[in-house]
Amino acid sequence: MTDAALIWSYLTQGPLLWLTATLIAYWLGDTFFRRMNRQSWANPVLCAVILLACVLGLTGTSYQTYFEGAQFVHFMLGPATVALGMPLYDNLRRVRKALLPLVAALLAGSVTAVVSALAIAKAFGLSDLMLASLAPKSTTAPVAIGIAEGLGGEPTITAVLVLVTGIFGAIIATPLLNALGIRDWRARGFSLGVAAHGIGTARAFQVNETAGAFAGIGMGLNAVLTSIIAPLALYLFQ
Amino acid sequence: MIPALAIILVFQLIGEVATRSLGLLLPGPVLGLLLLVLSCTLRPALAEMLRPVVTGILGHLSLFFVPAGVGVVAHLGQFRSDGLAVAVALTVSTALAIAAGALVFRAVVRWTGGSEE
Repeated sequence: MTDAALIWSYLTQGPLLWLTATLIAYWLGDTFFRRMNRQSWANPVLCAVILLACVLGLTGTSYQTYFEGAQFVHFMLGPATVALGMPLYDNLRRVRKALLPLVAALLAGSVTAVVSALAIAKAFGLSDLMLASLAPKSTTAPVAIGIAEGLGGEPTITAVLVLVTGIFGAIIATPLLNALGIRDWRARGFSLGVAAHGIGTARAFQVNETAGAFAGIGMGLNAVLTSIIAPLALYLFQ
Repeated sequence: MIPALAIILVFQLIGEVATRSLGLLLPGPVLGLLLLVLSCTLRPALAEMLRPVVTGILGHLSLFFVPAGVGVVAHLGQFRSDGLAVAVALTVSTALAIAAGALVFRAVVRWTGGSEE
């Protein structure tokens, strides 16, 4: 065995290599995003994911091996969700002032996300398992997985659908909301948080502080509402 | 930094234990979020103590989705037969949901005579 092979086998056994790779990939993705003047298609999550997927493919590394290192980054999703309480706290007064529009937009966004996804999937003839996995795709990953399990869906499929929904929402939000002539940062952020959970919220924070705060609120409220709406909507389509 | 991080983790911990023991559908971290808001409302000094760490965490929110995103690539094979239908359902419904939420928000703001921000 050569020295290089020895070193490689050492690296693949610990979390150091893939934790470092995750941070560097995100760093590159974020740099690219800034260079592209923060254009929404240059989403840093998408860039980092593509980069890492290529590296894993080229080195023949399994996702399990990768995740042993990346789990430290993944773990931070929990504390980050708690941290989203701070923008909510900072904006409590504005939330109270806009309570009626927030509740109406939450209902509209949440119902549209679940019902339109199920209607399209049903029209394409997707299986009941797929419908159950698809229904909660606009909520934050841990909630969506819990809902899908309760409905008889497949958690791993749901996890994928949630991620893709978030990235797509983050990419499309700015051009779509511009085309609709929505200039209110509260409306822009909130609708994105409801439709595209944490990834949409992260995108909203990149654009505007107010949009980010309201996106976080939208994400949190939709997590609660979808757990009520998804079973009802699924019942209609099955 | 460490006390602030510890407090955030304690909120999450309480949230996880409470949702699991009470069988709530709400995920633990979301309950932790509500606890943070409640605690900061009761003790505004807490908010200022937590703020630097919270700002640091939220500034890199995107990073934390990368490992799960790589998992997507590992599972793409599952979608070979249903790929088109799933792609259409996801993209169209997400765009419709963003549009519906934003348009309804604006309509209700105008209807209730509030001002746009």
